[in-house]
Amino acid sequence: MPVLETLFSHWRRHPGQLATLVLGLALATALWSGVQAINEEARQSYARAASTLGAGQGERLISPDGAEIPVADYVSLRRAGWLVSPVMEGELALSGTTWRVIGVDPLTAPTGAIPQGAFETTADAPAFLGRPGLVFVAPDSAPAAPPDFPAIITSDAIAPGLMLTDIGTAARLLERNTLSFLTLVPTQPDGLPPLSTLTDLRREAPAGEQDLSRLTDSFHLNLTAFGFLSFAVGLFIVHASIGLAFEQRRPVFRTLRAIGVPFSRLITALAFEVTLIALVAGSAGVILGYVIAAALLPDVAGTLHNLYGAQISGTLAFRPVWALLGLAIAVLGTWVSSAQSFWHLITMPLLAPAQPRAWSMRSARATRRQAGVGAVLLVISAALAGIGGSLAIGFLSLGALLIGAALLLPGVVVVVLRIAERPIRSAYGEWVLADTRQLLPGLSLALMALLLALAANIGVSTMVGSFRLTFAGWLDQRLVSELYITAQDEYQADAIRDFLAPQVASVLPIAMAETRIDGLPATVFGIVDDDTYREYWPLLETVTDPWDRLADDTGLLINEQLARRSGLDLGDRVTLHPDLTLPVAAIYSDYGNPNGQAMISLDLLEQTFPDTDQTRSAFRTGDADVEALRQSVLARFDLPQGHIRDQASQKAVALRVFDQTFRVTGALNVLTLAVAGFALLASLLTLANMRLPQVAPIWALGQTRARLARTELIRTLGIVAVTWVIALPVGLALAWVLLAIVNVEAFGWRLPMTLFPADYARLLGYAMLSSTIAAALPALRLLRLPPAQLLKVFSNER
Amino acid sequence: MNVRVFLLAIFWANQALTQGFAGLGTEAQGFSIPDPDYDITFPQDHGAHPDFRIEWWYLTATLEAEDGRAFGVQWTLFRSALRPEEAEGWDGGQVYLGHAGLTTAETHYRSERFARGGIGQAGVVAEPFTAFIDDWEMRGEGLDLQQLSLFARGMDFSYDLDLTADGPIIFHGQDGYSVKSPQGQASHYYSQPFYRVTGTLTLPEGDVEVTGNGWLDREWSSQPLAADQEGWDWFSLQFVDGARLMGFGLRGLETVFTSATWIDPDGTVTPYGDGELRMEALEWAEIAGREVPVSWRVELPERGVDIVTTPLNPGAWMDLSFAYWEGPISFSGSHEGRGYLEMTGY
Repeated sequence: MPVLETLFSHWRRHPGQLATLVLGLALATALWSGVQAINEEARQSYARAASTLGAGQGERLISPDGAEIPVADYVSLRRAGWLVSPVMEGELALSGTTWRVIGVDPLTAPTGAIPQGAFETTADAPAFLGRPGLVFVAPDSAPAAPPDFPAIITSDAIAPGLMLTDIGTAARLLERNTLSFLTLVPTQPDGLPPLSTLTDLRREAPAGEQDLSRLTDSFHLNLTAFGFLSFAVGLFIVHASIGLAFEQRRPVFRTLRAIGVPFSRLITALAFEVTLIALVAGSAGVILGYVIAAALLPDVAGTLHNLYGAQISGTLAFRPVWALLGLAIAVLGTWVSSAQSFWHLITMPLLAPAQPRAWSMRSARATRRQAGVGAVLLVISAALAGIGGSLAIGFLSLGALLIGAALLLPGVVVVVLRIAERPIRSAYGEWVLADTRQLLPGLSLALMALLLALAANIGVSTMVGSFRLTFAGWLDQRLVSELYITAQDEYQADAIRDFLAPQVASVLPIAMAETRIDGLPATVFGIVDDDTYREYWPLLETVTDPWDRLADDTGLLINEQLARRSGLDLGDRVTLHPDLTLPVAAIYSDYGNPNGQAMISLDLLEQTFPDTDQTRSAFRTGDADVEALRQSVLARFDLPQGHIRDQASQKAVALRVFDQTFRVTGALNVLTLAVAGFALLASLLTLANMRLPQVAPIWALGQTRARLARTELIRTLGIVAVTWVIALPVGLALAWVLLAIVNVEAFGWRLPMTLFPADYARLLGYAMLSSTIAAALPALRLLRLPPAQLLKVFSNER
Repeated sequence: MNVRVFLLAIFWANQALTQGFAGLGTEAQGFSIPDPDYDITFPQDHGAHPDFRIEWWYLTATLEAEDGRAFGVQWTLFRSALRPEEAEGWDGGQVYLGHAGLTTAETHYRSERFARGGIGQAGVVAEPFTAFIDDWEMRGEGLDLQQLSLFARGMDFSYDLDLTADGPIIFHGQDGYSVKSPQGQASHYYSQPFYRVTGTLTLPEGDVEVTGNGWLDREWSSQPLAADQEGWDWFSLQFVDGARLMGFGLRGLETVFTSATWIDPDGTVTPYGDGELRMEALEWAEIAGREVPVSWRVELPERGVDIVTTPLNPGAWMDLSFAYWEGPISFSGSHEGRGYLEMTGY
């Protein structure tokens, strides 16, 4: 144990160094495991949603025209011997929230239709079928229910926002008696008559929740990429501080070896020490990660709900497996980033004196090799971006771009230094530049981390900024009506339209029906022919007279998402319904949702889809006073909060949704930059201690400590500025890949790229500020260094 | 809690599962109680009695193919009331459970169906008589159900049988009031034990034409078992000379309550009360992880009956939401013949 004690004494003497190491590792682990926790929570929510239905695993029978299925159809299939189970789905507004109600028949449902563990006691089972019945909801979400409402029971197995209940209870709550679909039990008895001879219902592969996870995959991939980036950046810190600790303890190792400690014992002790630190820091990181995830989860849940309609619980469950994985990644990361130090210790002759110049020479060759690899990666990245076409290729291209740029960075800085050298004539200037080159190998990892963080920041903010600008412009085009009303039901909607019609310039009913196009869920809108559409609707591509085509039922409009996903062009025929196939007359931009949409005339929609939602309307008010109209509608009709909106508040809601969508991205961005700043600080501290032998002769030659310290500061700022300059094109390339490849795949739309120079300048400011802080500490230390210590360099080490 | 227990709990509504077999021994709140003075009348009593808690239409048949192979068939529709009423709609108040068994010497096929009443998926109509759940069906003709047709289908088997009665319907106990315990628990219980059967069994290896004898049991009650009775052993025996014997023993904690009905070939019945029928398990075997008797000695000294039973297939275990043994048997000793045995609560 004396060996361990000796080794640990180093940390007692350098508590700051220990803190840096632990903090760096903890931060890296925290960001990584925080993102993992969020993803896992979301995944669990999808799984719950899928398992609740039970239909997730099995085939369904649906009505070919998307209509509801009469109970008699279900009964006749059962009476013919087919094992099918009825499901009734609908929405229920209760205490201000809209719930998705799913009614199942536990008597006929296939295994898995009722979540395991939903029924705690046998007494619940008969009550489930009876009156008033039972309703299962996710924990912590039980609504305040009216007195005659079914008993509410919370269960972990239920997805948030969902009410699972018996089909009889669902029929009472939803006030209807038709079925949404039938679940087909996977194994059917032998000898049944073919289904096609019994019913018009169509067999359909399970879809619903899988659509959801397919759609949200890209979002989670995004988060994972960010988590990984943060972790990688954090490991730079670990690498720097462990490298320093090893370097500083070389005399200690020498002494230990000299007094007879076997080499293997020394290595074992060091490995133990590194692992112990990793475990401690990892634990702190896991706790911190949990805190970060818990703080971000409500935003993530909001984002997923807004973008994809996915319901994620806003509260985070603690999962031991996740915590263990977080610890494991911390230990693994520490081992990987200390590998180099161990390698040096093993391979370098123990008594070798420090030979900084030789080191530097060797590292110049390494820098050239590294730059070569970086250049190759950049070429690969460009090639991948050229191919495009899938999310995976998009992310591969991004990865190659970032790693390539990072590897290239030291080489570029060397070239910049060489160019800067030419005009310089003063001896001190030449020394500074030469010394900087000497410094580079030690600093390059931190600079690479900084480059990654800066580029990611530039790229993501460009993407989000471009998106927001386009989105706002699109909103202006799309939301031209001054008043938007969602009625309680269609009778009320009719009444409101009749009431407002004499007072406004035009009434635009918004009718829609759900269908599937190319096997994926899509919404069909029915519109009336109105100048509002002709003048303002944001069309990307169009035939000469799209609105005439739509009005006379010889064409339809589709949104960009649908066009891209199904590879549709103008003139291609789209089947909305077995009885309705029309050519594409125009493609419009649509940034509100990831699903496909189509527009046809209102009459055609009503003829084709018997079950349409016509509760929404928009009104062009013309000269009328919007607020007065709003008040008159509110006075006359019973409308819930938020069901009547003017244009401005509708836009505000849309933009708020948008901002919330990218809040998580923004938060992760800031955190990554913070970690990178910390990495720079750690490296500079490391170097400051190591560089005393280089500084001492210059001081001895007559330079003041103040000048030396100032030089240190300016040099750091210079290097950071150069890094920022390099990060700029990398970040813009990143933004381009995000906009042109990743977004197209993830969301289905392509956005024009806009540049935000002011934002980039501000980022440079932040980078300078944080590196000033990072460099100030070593510079200050140099300033306050007792001259005796500088003298010692000559007496002790040399 | 697994799905089976869930379904079972729904079926035997409002019961604690610890009481008696499948909750048959619990209080019957709000439901009708069997009445000794009740006069069973047809056709209406062939139909359902929703004001009673439980009821069944139970048909067993011992069958034989032309090549001499023996088979057994069971068709059962159970009704369990959530409330003492039958209404239209999803919460009609009644839950039905169908059990079908087909026993060969090697294999015991079985299947079950659950459905709620009120939507037309399962139910019983008295006139014209139809008891059905999904595509399983028992249809009858005549006031006394002289003709029956029977169909059921499992995953890998089905059967389609026609039954014709050779004798009258008989009533157990006191004109169909059948006492089940010393405390007086009882049920309404009648049978048609004289069916001749022809029909087709569809097995994985192909169709088999069969003939044989069938026995229909009709029983309804609200609390047929005493709370401490945990199961029963029930026999229906057809003697070679045309007489029939129905007998059961209800196993209490310490004692067994027995009851029997002797049926002459012309349908004349003689009821025997507790203790007159003696039943003794001779051989036990482990079936589906439980110890179950496979051979019985059955004695009715009054009639000189002293026989030993042998199952066609000892593994006739109805491994369904609630599990029990039900299968064809043959017997020898003082008399010879065939019959059906049901053993529950093991």
